Amino acid sequence: MSIGLEHYLILSAILFSIGLYGALSKHNAIVILMCIEIMLSAVNIALVAFSRYIVPLQLTGQVFAIFTIAVAAAETAVGLAIIIAIYRSRETIDAGKIDLMKW
Amino acid sequence: MFDQNQYIWLIFLIPLLSWAIISLILKPFFKDKPKIAGYVTIAAVATSLLLSIWVLVTVLGEPHHELEVPNISWVIIEGGATINLGIIVDSLTAVMLIVVTVVSLMVQIYSQGYMHGDAGYHRYYAHMSLFTTAMLGLVLANSLLLMFVFWELVGLCSYLLIGFWFHRPSAANAAKKAFIVTRIGDFGFLAGMIYLYANTGTFDTAELHQMAISGVLAGNVLTWGAIGIFAGAVGKSAQFPLHVWLPDAMEGPTPVSALIHAATMAAAGVFLVARTYPLFEHSAVALQTVATVGGFTAIFAASIGLVQNDIKRVLAYSTISQLGYMMLGLATGGVAVGIFHLFNHAFFKALLFLGAGSVNHATKTFDMREMGGLRKVMPRTYATFVIGALSLAGIWPLSGFWSKDEILVKSLENQPVLFALAMITVFMTAFYMFRVIFLTFGGEYRGKEHLHESSSVMTIPLIILAILACGSGLLNVTGGFSAFFGHGETYSVVEGLFGIFAHPLPWLSLILAGLGIFTAYAVYSKKWLSAEAIGKRFSALYKLFYNKYWVDELYEGIIVKKVLMGGIFRVFQLFDSKVIDGGINTNFVQGFIVRNLFGWFKSFDQKGVDGAVNGVADTTLIAGKTMRKVQTGQLQLYGLIIGLGIVALIVCLFLFG
Repeated sequence: MSIGLEHYLILSAILFSIGLYGALSKHNAIVILMCIEIMLSAVNIALVAFSRYIVPLQLTGQVFAIFTIAVAAAETAVGLAIIIAIYRSRETIDAGKIDLMKW
Repeated sequence: MFDQNQYIWLIFLIPLLSWAIISLILKPFFKDKPKIAGYVTIAAVATSLLLSIWVLVTVLGEPHHELEVPNISWVIIEGGATINLGIIVDSLTAVMLIVVTVVSLMVQIYSQGYMHGDAGYHRYYAHMSLFTTAMLGLVLANSLLLMFVFWELVGLCSYLLIGFWFHRPSAANAAKKAFIVTRIGDFGFLAGMIYLYANTGTFDTAELHQMAISGVLAGNVLTWGAIGIFAGAVGKSAQFPLHVWLPDAMEGPTPVSALIHAATMAAAGVFLVARTYPLFEHSAVALQTVATVGGFTAIFAASIGLVQNDIKRVLAYSTISQLGYMMLGLATGGVAVGIFHLFNHAFFKALLFLGAGSVNHATKTFDMREMGGLRKVMPRTYATFVIGALSLAGIWPLSGFWSKDEILVKSLENQPVLFALAMITVFMTAFYMFRVIFLTFGGEYRGKEHLHESSSVMTIPLIILAILACGSGLLNVTGGFSAFFGHGETYSVVEGLFGIFAHPLPWLSLILAGLGIFTAYAVYSKKWLSAEAIGKRFSALYKLFYNKYWVDELYEGIIVKKVLMGGIFRVFQLFDSKVIDGGINTNFVQGFIVRNLFGWFKSFDQKGVDGAVNGVADTTLIAGKTMRKVQTGQLQLYGLIIGLGIVALIVCLFLFG
């Protein structure tokens, strides 16, 4: 069995779903952040796989993935900073208890 | 296409598989049977050891001591450049594979006893498997890029294991410190690697070697590239000035320290320099840097080790000092000399750390002031610890003697000043090791615990390592180890074993080591001299050593607090509060004015138009009051609805599109 594009895409879809499930169901804000990272990784896999199988001699997908990683790193830094700020003011990072936005 | 050399990949893939099995299958589904995790790891590392022995035997049989393993192309860029994934198998790899797998196997077996009943037993073995994988991968990698990947993986695993008991703030801090401090060095490695790639277009170590030897790669490019790589080695191998993380790394479980100090993390730096040695060999400046840093670190760390009270810290400073020796040996005598010391050091240092762990298991402390008299209750630990200490002190004919002697001979030839420092270090090494022995095992017990010898699952690895610590040095008695690395002549066993005493140097180093042991005996066993009195007499020196030359305070107090927090970050903060906030505030003021102006119009509006509108507004308000219940403020609920919406759209697309 040779590994083709669809295998990478299925892996990407599985990872994305795992990440989405975690981001929607977990209570710990840090875990939610981690799940978002998993979703971004899934996207990266899809990008690199498409690039490798559709335009194999160009690195557009790979370069795009590196940009995604850089942006994801910045996003994590900001996200963690927000979580720390929330923890300092509310003494919890339980996403269920952070609901000041409600009516 | 598929030949048996492909099996070499399995050496590091098997521990990786063990990591996957433990974390994905055993941890979630076999939580109540933690012992299986230990067995899986031990089986995986033992398989790697068998494969490593097979590799060693095969490599020994090859005429040039090298095996060809086909590369796997990884990234292919239009225009020709290809980045390969590949492994290199030569004498250096073969020896390092043996070191890593033997020490790792001993540590894994020992850990079953040491970590018995720990809540994180699964996690411990999963990380240990990954740690072994990372180091084996680093040893096998044939390009700087792949080495860097495993290099970082080694760093990550040591972070995870040093901070294994992360609920203790000290352990969490030590883990962070190890990660950040080594990261500074890693940046040098990364920069050096990219610089070399930009100038040569290759990451492959063999190709870089060829370029350095043929002179294509020379001058400043070579020097800066080599120094960049050495910066990485300084970080990982805890050389001055990046040595501060290694003593703090003692917060991790003791078997982890044994693995870090003997075979993985700390050895990685020395290995990196050995792997890229031709780059250093052809640059006098780079070679001088390695020799100076190594020689200085050797005596610097040994002097701190003289006065520490924590048994593991003494051993930690001893490791830093011995790593300095290895760097000095690499710079003055070449790969065989440096790696031979690494090879011997791996066994006796793993032995000493596991011995310290065994002591800790009985006394529940690492403070030597609360030990003493353990010789009677822990005879096996005592005997093996003494063998390790004698070997470290360089007593004939134990392993440490042989490799240290070679380093001293070579440094006398090339670096007379550093040779003098190294000789003083010989005395210090013998002194601090026997200070540990007399404080821990001699005299009367000063603590309150109920003492007992450790179980045989812990003492058997000690005994095996003790045998190795006795015997591993004899491998080069006939010059065989050096010949394996392609230089040096060979002699008969008798000539090798006793011939060296024809020279004055071994006598000198033996006398210095003996003097160190005797001084420790006089001060800590017989108490002819009082340690306190000596400390008071040389109080300035004592304070300097005891406070580790205030390097930690310098880094934390001055660089982190003043320069980073007070300087750079403060400037950012000022920029934020003055410039950015200032800009926003002006807008706000303008908005305020605008609102006042329009206030005039507002009063007209309120009286005339609003009356008509209010009726409509009220209706909307009531509707809104009902509808707003949907806005729960739960971001995740919104996310769920968005997700379901997308799924619904996709379904619609499939059905009707």
